[in-house]
Amino acid sequence: MKKQHFTDPIEERLKGVSRRDFMKFCGIMAVSMGLPLGAGTQIAEAITDPKRRPPVIWLHGQECTGCTESLLRTSHPTLEHLILDLISLDYHETLNAGAGHQAEAALHQSVKENAGKFILVVEGSAPLKDGGKYCMIGGRPFVDIVKETAAKAAAVIAIGSCASWGGVQSSPPNPTGATGIPEVLKGTTVVSIPGCPPNPYNFLSTVLYFLTFGKLPALDEKARPKFAYGRLIHENCERRPHFDAGRFADMFGDEGHRLGYCLYKLGCKGPITHANCPAILFNEVGAGAWPVGTGHPCFGCTEQAVGFKIPLHTQAEILQVTPDAAHAPIETEKGKGVSAGAAALLGGIAGVAIGAGAVITKNLGKSDEGE
Amino acid sequence: MKEEQPLGGKILTPTFLFCLLLFLISLLFIGKRFIYGLGAVTHMSDGYPWGIWIAFDVVIGTAFGCGGYALALLIYVFNKGEYHPLLRPALMTSLFGYSLAGVAVVIDVGRYWQLYNIFLPWYMNPNSVLLEVALCVGAYVVVLWVEFTPTFLTKLGADTAKSRLKKIMFIFIALGILLPTLHQSSLGTVMLVAGSKLSPLWWTGLLPLLFLISCIFLGWGIVVFESCVSAQRYTLPDETHLLGKLSAVMAWLIAVYLVVRFADVAVRGHLNLAFKGDLLGNMFLLENLLLLVPMGVLFVPANRRKAPLLFLSAVSVVLAATVYRLNCYIIGFNPGDGWRYFPAFGEIFISMGIVAIEIMAFLWFIKRLPVYRRG
Repeated sequence: MKKQHFTDPIEERLKGVSRRDFMKFCGIMAVSMGLPLGAGTQIAEAITDPKRRPPVIWLHGQECTGCTESLLRTSHPTLEHLILDLISLDYHETLNAGAGHQAEAALHQSVKENAGKFILVVEGSAPLKDGGKYCMIGGRPFVDIVKETAAKAAAVIAIGSCASWGGVQSSPPNPTGATGIPEVLKGTTVVSIPGCPPNPYNFLSTVLYFLTFGKLPALDEKARPKFAYGRLIHENCERRPHFDAGRFADMFGDEGHRLGYCLYKLGCKGPITHANCPAILFNEVGAGAWPVGTGHPCFGCTEQAVGFKIPLHTQAEILQVTPDAAHAPIETEKGKGVSAGAAALLGGIAGVAIGAGAVITKNLGKSDEGE
Repeated sequence: MKEEQPLGGKILTPTFLFCLLLFLISLLFIGKRFIYGLGAVTHMSDGYPWGIWIAFDVVIGTAFGCGGYALALLIYVFNKGEYHPLLRPALMTSLFGYSLAGVAVVIDVGRYWQLYNIFLPWYMNPNSVLLEVALCVGAYVVVLWVEFTPTFLTKLGADTAKSRLKKIMFIFIALGILLPTLHQSSLGTVMLVAGSKLSPLWWTGLLPLLFLISCIFLGWGIVVFESCVSAQRYTLPDETHLLGKLSAVMAWLIAVYLVVRFADVAVRGHLNLAFKGDLLGNMFLLENLLLLVPMGVLFVPANRRKAPLLFLSAVSVVLAATVYRLNCYIIGFNPGDGWRYFPAFGEIFISMGIVAIEIMAFLWFIKRLPVYRRG
């Protein structure tokens, strides 16, 4: 297959996805969720069945569209594959072909037709101050639209830090009363995919998991999928050995910084931020494609009360300062030695054998004499 | 002519019950092995993938089972019909030794459910020594059962079937001599691949020859041993004269073996390792002293008329061949720095259970089937 290039005519690029690329995508999704590889096949079955392809309604509130932008830049799958083949994206204010009343009509029709079946994705926070008038769509407050649509959704996903807990605009003094969607929809399970922007694969994996298995993946107490937010960045960071060895960058551009030492002293929030950034990286461009990898301290965008709240260069409070007392062994155990029981057993056998031998010899001697 | 007869008597003797108890306990460990895997019961590791189940149950077990082969060699190849009275008990010991070695392999092989694949021609690797061993041992177990069938047929009184079988028995007797010659030497060939991992005291291009010679004198040793034990336990005709003659032959073969063994180590220039005083050197000395002493004893004609001396010599020879195989397979084998192996409790117990069932079967067979000739 010819390699695609952005200068190719759009028709050519949209021509289709090879089976190999498709299975690769499903496999990547399964692996990034820590599922067995066989789950890739299940995912493939789920998304090739047009009846199971989920309608997705995507609402924008107070945000910068960064989440959408990062999603559009995935290459596994490509944007066109995602919205045409994998999900049925019925409403998305950035990607809608139509506008105004036409778009609104599409939203209402989809909500009505797919009631109880569609996945609602909310990007951006909802302003609650002054009756929600700081974010109006089609003449209605965003918060009302969210509540109304969520009531009919099969699952609600809050994508990005804004939707998860308010994001940058919720930082004091928070003039619009920006509030995260879980707060707005109290009583409903809202899966949070925080991050600024979040890794698109964490979002895609969550959607595909729901689609394949008919339930949400395991969530932590902040309703974040555990497969993506179960570990601290500090735990999987490629610079962790420098931290353990006490090698730090003391200021930007110093020798330690240039040598790729730990960025903790520059205010890295890795030790208090839960996310899988160091494990799955961004944009499929290879090693180092994440903030710390490029030499910038993590600022904790995925962690409520860290990102946009603690100043960038304030050092994080570390709960576990010292490195592990013992590391996972790199050698297998090289066999086992004598156990007391085994030695006793062998001794017993030898004793019985010697005894029996002596008795037999003696008896043989007797019968010899008798002859 | 004296006919073989069942010895009769009680089956549930204290010896039998004790063996039964050991076997039942070992069943628990066998169950544990099949439910939780090899690691739960054994100390085998990537460094020592072969523990005592291979070294003792299979390699030594089948060597103990060479009594039938070694006697058949004398009787049929060298035409010494006088040893015929010893053949049937020896054949029976071979039968148990080999059949249970097969059982031990099933317990030992990690993925035992794949084991049948070795008998499928399209999966065979003709360059593998283990394939040769597996096929030969498998075939020999069948041959042994066929060779032993007349005993069952006598018991059942099926005389027609017996005389028919007798007509084609020569085929099985021939196979019964061919197959052990092939695989007993191959059991030595197996360790050729170990190369420098096996101490130079044992690793040699002559491994197959040494294994073959030692299995033959070991087979004779087992026959003497077993006849002495049975004669002491049950009223049997006095065979000391016959055993003495057999022991003389054995002593001569041991002499040949020792010449080859020492010449080989000396020519390769490793004899100094034997006197280093370390474990390997001492094991080498022990193994060969256990042969040298009985050989010296048996070369004196007067000694060959004394049953206790014949018995002790046979024990010594059996031990020597056992130690030799243990040295080749475990003690002299060093897979690399830091690896160690000593059988685990459950591992030893399973081996013991297999020996126990062998003894039980032996006792049952000689009491209920016509194995021994009575006086």
